[in-house]
Amino acid sequence: MIEVKNVYFTYPNGVEALKGVSLTIKDGEFVAIMGQNGAGKTTLVKHFNGLLKPTKGIVLVDGVDTRKVSVATLARKVGFVFQNPDHQLFSETVEDEISFALKNFRFEAETINKRVDWALNLLGLTRYKKTSPFMLSGGERKRVALASVLAWNPKILILDEPTIGQDYQQKEKLRHFILQLNAQKKTVIIVTHDVEFVAECNPRVILMSNGEIIADGEARKILTDPKIVTEASIVPPQITQIFIKLKNYGFPRDILDIYEAREAILNSLRKGFK
Amino acid sequence: MSVFDGLKFRKVKSPIHDLDPRVKFIYVCVIFAIALIFWELIPLLILFLIQLPFVLLGKVQRQWLRSLRGAAFLAIIIFVTNFVFSFIGAGYRFTAESLESAFALTFRFVVLVESFSIFFLTTSPDNLSLALEQTRVPYEFCFAFTTAVRFVPVLANEAQTIMDAQKARGLELERGNFLKRIKNYIPILIPLIVSAIRRSLELAEAMESRAWGATKNRTNLYVLRMNKNDFILLAITTGILITAVYIRLFIPIPSVCELLEI
Ligand SMILES: Nc1ncnc2c1ncn2[C@@H]1O[C@H](COP(=O)(O)OP(=O)(O)OP(=O)(O)O)[C@@H](O)[C@H]1O
Ligand SMILES: [Mg+2]
Repeated sequence: MIEVKNVYFTYPNGVEALKGVSLTIKDGEFVAIMGQNGAGKTTLVKHFNGLLKPTKGIVLVDGVDTRKVSVATLARKVGFVFQNPDHQLFSETVEDEISFALKNFRFEAETINKRVDWALNLLGLTRYKKTSPFMLSGGERKRVALASVLAWNPKILILDEPTIGQDYQQKEKLRHFILQLNAQKKTVIIVTHDVEFVAECNPRVILMSNGEIIADGEARKILTDPKIVTEASIVPPQITQIFIKLKNYGFPRDILDIYEAREAILNSLRKGFK
Repeated sequence: MSVFDGLKFRKVKSPIHDLDPRVKFIYVCVIFAIALIFWELIPLLILFLIQLPFVLLGKVQRQWLRSLRGAAFLAIIIFVTNFVFSFIGAGYRFTAESLESAFALTFRFVVLVESFSIFFLTTSPDNLSLALEQTRVPYEFCFAFTTAVRFVPVLANEAQTIMDAQKARGLELERGNFLKRIKNYIPILIPLIVSAIRRSLELAEAMESRAWGATKNRTNLYVLRMNKNDFILLAITTGILITAVYIRLFIPIPSVCELLEI
């Protein structure tokens, strides 16, 4: 469980990136943090594994104050995949890259091998096991970074912009995969601008703007509310926009994905035939 | 990173900012040279003090103080090593002279930092590049130089992010003995170097695709011209230089200890 209590954070250069943020993320929750560029999303999630310590206020991870423990200790519990994979890749082979954290956490050699193979397989990287991570494409490097964190099976997983640069198929895989992790009672926190992706997952959405939380609730409620959405400078999914425009024709306006849209259209067609 | 902040240019309107970078550069070089020909405390102190008006005129006191604070660590090391060696040299005796000479050498370093920081704090990279160009340095080199200067803070930022990313994967920089600690920095250095190289290649491609270097004879919108203040500074600089050389050659410099008769 992550508890954030009235947290303020100011960068050394004086930028006030968080202004009184409070929230609780329970075990097993699936949360998407959204909001415009510079809203403070990355700054907020960096507090969850202790990379940043609040200037004022307190952050508790499973009851432990993040100021009192090292990042490495928290990292065992809280996995964090960074926005840009190039900020972490350094090994000669993909395999070494993935085992780096496992070695830091002093896993046994045998477990390490097993975990590496598991993670490679999970993200479709098995054929690159012995390849240099620097030879891979942008999307593939991103997956290596993801695999290198998943390998130690953290209880809480934070993904900063996981869908950037992924093709449609990989994105679908990622979505299934996140839902699957969540089904296994893992806490998943994603930071993203991808409304379509969020709509299809339907998680709890936290909207940020200017260092503050301006809305917190079910994706269905938040993404279909034109007022909230404009305030955070995001655009509802296209399918939702269509249904918002069609509300005068008796269509429901809280449609999030094409499956719901199909149902709604079929319903009204059936009514029409009668 | 605070050291870099102490050298970062900020646009302010001031007579010092408006000076020709070439003249300012000559000034810095002269101060530099004078600091090296004196090893007594009093002239170095004077050298330190005569630069303060520049700091105040340039309205960069805060950043300037920060750069001095950034240099404090090195200054302390210089002081301690000098003091310890003269302590040993004097036959394990504590003397006021050795204290004074350690202070003097520390001040020499402080003066160097002071003049450099005045220069970089009050000279925009663009003007610097203009100055280089007008002294007939090929444009490619000017450009490379200013880009490098401009990317230093970016690189410092990136180093911080990389450190965060590796800490998030359980890397503990302060773990293990001396050798192990150096090894701990490999996961930081490699991504830093790789991304710097990648960035420079991308920058080159992006610039070439925007037709960089298409015209061989570049002209500049702004041209540096010396005006009154520049000549005044040049005169002051020459004055300082002549006085300093004269003092060095013909006037014996008393030490503080002698003056106080310790
Ligand atoms: N290392 C830093 N030093 C100083 N200021 C920073 C730093 N990192 C971020 N900021 C500032 O803090 C604010 C919040 O930044 P943050 O990275 O948290 O935004 P974000 O919501 O993640 O944006 P994006 O969608 O672009 O990733 C911004 O105004 C940014 O300029
Ligand atoms: Mg971000």
